[in-house]
Amino acid sequence: MLLPAEGKEEEMSEELEAKVKRYLRGEGANLEALQDKKLKTQLAIREDLYGKSAKAAAKAEKWLMPSEGGYLEAEGLEKTWRIKQESIAREVDILSARNQHDIILPDLGPYTLDFTSSGRYMAAAGRKGHLALVDMKNLGLIKEVQVRETVRDVVFLHNELFFAAAQKKYPYIYNRDGTELHCLKEHGAVRKLQFLKNHFLLASINKIGQLHYQDVTVGEMVANFRTNLGRSDAMRVNPFNGVVTLGHSSGTVTMWKPTSSAPLVKMLCHHGSISALAFHPNGHLMATSGKDRKIKLWDLRKFETLQTLPGHACSLDFSQKGLLACGNGSFVRVLGNFSDSQTYEKYMTHSIVKGYQINKVLFRPYEDVLGIGHSMGWSSILIPGSGEPNFDSWVANPFETSKQRREKEVKSLLDKLPPETIMLDPSKIGTYKPLTKKEKPTKQEREAKMEEVVAAVKDAPLKKKTKGRSKPSRRAKKKQESIAIAKRPFLEQQMKEDGALSRKKQKISEEVQLPASLQRFATKKKGT
Amino acid sequence: MRVKVISRSTDEFTRERSQDLQRVFRNFDPSLRTQEKAVEYVRALNAAKLDKIFARPFIGAMDGHVDAVSCMAKNPSYLKGIFSGSMDGDIRLWDIASRRTVCQFPGHQGAVKGLTASTDGRVLVSCGADCTVRLWNVPIATLEESADPPGENSTEPVAVYVRQNAFRAVDHQWDGELFATGGAQVDVWNHNRSQPVKSFEWGTDSIISVKFNPGEPDILATSASDRSVTIYDLRMSSPVRKVIMMTRTNAIAWNPMEPMNFTAANEDCNCYSYDARKLDESKNVHQDHVSAVLDIDYSPTGREFVTGSYDRTVRIFPYNGGHSREIYHTKRMQRVFCVKFSCDASYIISGSDDTNLRLWKAKASEQLGVVLPREKRKHEYHEAVKNRYKHLPEVKRIVRYRHLPKLIYKAGIQRRIMIDAAKRKEERRKAHSARGTVVTKPLRTRRIIKEVE
Repeated sequence: MLLPAEGKEEEMSEELEAKVKRYLRGEGANLEALQDKKLKTQLAIREDLYGKSAKAAAKAEKWLMPSEGGYLEAEGLEKTWRIKQESIAREVDILSARNQHDIILPDLGPYTLDFTSSGRYMAAAGRKGHLALVDMKNLGLIKEVQVRETVRDVVFLHNELFFAAAQKKYPYIYNRDGTELHCLKEHGAVRKLQFLKNHFLLASINKIGQLHYQDVTVGEMVANFRTNLGRSDAMRVNPFNGVVTLGHSSGTVTMWKPTSSAPLVKMLCHHGSISALAFHPNGHLMATSGKDRKIKLWDLRKFETLQTLPGHACSLDFSQKGLLACGNGSFVRVLGNFSDSQTYEKYMTHSIVKGYQINKVLFRPYEDVLGIGHSMGWSSILIPGSGEPNFDSWVANPFETSKQRREKEVKSLLDKLPPETIMLDPSKIGTYKPLTKKEKPTKQEREAKMEEVVAAVKDAPLKKKTKGRSKPSRRAKKKQESIAIAKRPFLEQQMKEDGALSRKKQKISEEVQLPASLQRFATKKKGT
Repeated sequence: MRVKVISRSTDEFTRERSQDLQRVFRNFDPSLRTQEKAVEYVRALNAAKLDKIFARPFIGAMDGHVDAVSCMAKNPSYLKGIFSGSMDGDIRLWDIASRRTVCQFPGHQGAVKGLTASTDGRVLVSCGADCTVRLWNVPIATLEESADPPGENSTEPVAVYVRQNAFRAVDHQWDGELFATGGAQVDVWNHNRSQPVKSFEWGTDSIISVKFNPGEPDILATSASDRSVTIYDLRMSSPVRKVIMMTRTNAIAWNPMEPMNFTAANEDCNCYSYDARKLDESKNVHQDHVSAVLDIDYSPTGREFVTGSYDRTVRIFPYNGGHSREIYHTKRMQRVFCVKFSCDASYIISGSDDTNLRLWKAKASEQLGVVLPREKRKHEYHEAVKNRYKHLPEVKRIVRYRHLPKLIYKAGIQRRIMIDAAKRKEERRKAHSARGTVVTKPLRTRRIIKEVE
């Protein structure tokens, strides 16, 4: 029986450790602080189970996820960013080469794109009113509609059956067959639309800076706020925690949740207006670009700049594997962080036909493809290493049948999250708030409260009793009693505090030794 | 230049023929699933609500006795049957599935105070207030018999043994030929002898309940009206040890999975779990009833027990927990005199003052019948996710809610007020006296007066 060499074993276990860490979802609980032995043993058993399940998942990776991602390696003096798409097309198989194409639609305005979460379907919208639904697997057009109005943005709802288009006056929701299902008048003239998948909320920002959240399952308007910060050109949802981020013309980036009318975070990012925003799938990294010709990478845990890159970007997007695409003019560059460093460096570049202006760059999920919407149509290019190679059928299945799609819809509706679960740190759900020391109400507040209570008691109607039991004298006495009862807790509190005060005073002045019989009335100092 | 791009061919990822199952691919990476905790929380909330929707514990009542049901017995080898004896001497064997009487055993002149079945389930022993112990042959249920109308066929007793004093309780050894009765003293009998083989006496008070240990066939526990719980060993000629409490114990049940522990159902509305080797401190105090607890029985899993009390409710307690996990009550159910957990741990049978035996589910929202493996997995998942979040306020409110009859709710509040008042007084006494003079006894020893060898 061949045993692996000692060194190999160590390597394997280190790899395994790294994998296990990913499945552990954070540190284990500290059980030393617990005093309840029963609870301690119960929790220790559970922690043990978590460790075991993480290890099992790490070991199963080898069998469950056999495919490894794409890669691009330059040999010799070659640099990866000088490699053109044509040379890549020559090296890969025919099926992947089909993913590289340009669709030219010259008269219908700059195009914006959206992909479904499985990456199979794409919705493209041209500014002059062209809406198209494309199946990317076989590159077939499912439906195209001409709405004869300006269309500014398009977004898929929970699956490919529904999509929303931000048209001239209001956003509309369409079916896969192109039938208009709803006209959302409340939103107004929407600039940008975003869909929160777990909450089934359609978020929109309109020309006058109003943010609307609408629940698309019941049609209820969950929230609408006035941002009071003017025009915003950029809007993005952080996939990690469901927080909507807006980039304003003053250079500030604000983060919103539907349950509070004030923004969660307001940060000044750029000296000019923000032109694009993007979020890394792990939720901790945000890329912003501004008119001051800078692209900044922010750490959202500390709200600090990690890296500043020079250059404009009219559109930004992160891929599932963490590659950043910046589109500017007719030039796209893709940056990646390799070799375990935090910095992003140039990985690949691509220029489309000179004169075509890029409107939007968007990575296609679960594929190594970047979709570019520009002023003369849309293109798609290959970026090896950008997509997640192993998909989970219960999360997003590119090979979904209609039966599976229906089941998934029902299950995701059952798991629909209420809007209160949107918060900056989603791991706070299920935890206890630490006990904050209640601040003592001031004397005025206390008196006010007492007055309130006494007034309430005075107003309370007394029951009318018979047989001479509701004489005026009796009623007056009962009223006095009830007022005294209502006042009692406040007075007790007061007395307690006064007592504490006087005891404190006594403590300070009592350096004199008390006689033995009175010892128990003096406060005992520590150590004596 | 070396390049590789993700390319998935359709045949690898879809099924070959339409009779195949659909292919499923898994990736457990947490980064693919956003907001997992919130989704789990929503699922826990929904699971708690569904649990309450499907919680229908009452299955049916077994109607037939004309007087209150005073005692019940399980047949260890036949799952479907249960014996019950009433206050007018009527003993019946019920078929739980059809909720009908299979056989009647008439003969007792007064109330039937104790019933028990022998180890092989063939002989039924009953004792009554008419100072007799009767042995009956249990008819074996065969296929032919079930085809006959479930008649009220009755049998004659095999043997009748008469003594001087009324009997209060009887119990059979789990693995042997002896049975013990309690009345004026503890008598140990053999099936064939008309006189008891052994007699134990300690003190002059009557014995109220007798229970043999499931693990050790020679050990039995009894409770007497002098507020004591005594442990006897048949191999020795005298009782082993005794613990005297402040109030009388009405019934005892041994834990079948941990045979050294037993739980005593007391008059002071609590149940006390003891380790038989160490009787000076109870292992656990189970508090929740508002009136005397009359009967107690353990589940065959040893993880929970059911109690029936004078306050018209049946409660299910965990074996190591201080409070009940479930309460069953009906407007028509009066004082519950006896309860039994069925031998497959799924049902509870309660016999009460209103002459009915009632059949309940042990888990109120359990799906009865054949459960498909998918359904079973879903139920298990719901249980697990509900237990993970059941400490949070929204979920806790739903999980803990039980509708209580008004009297019990008010009685519970009153008891709470009384306990709080006593505690406050104790604290104040302690605060105003010299340190060390006032010692609070822990709850587990508070109701014990002393232990006697």
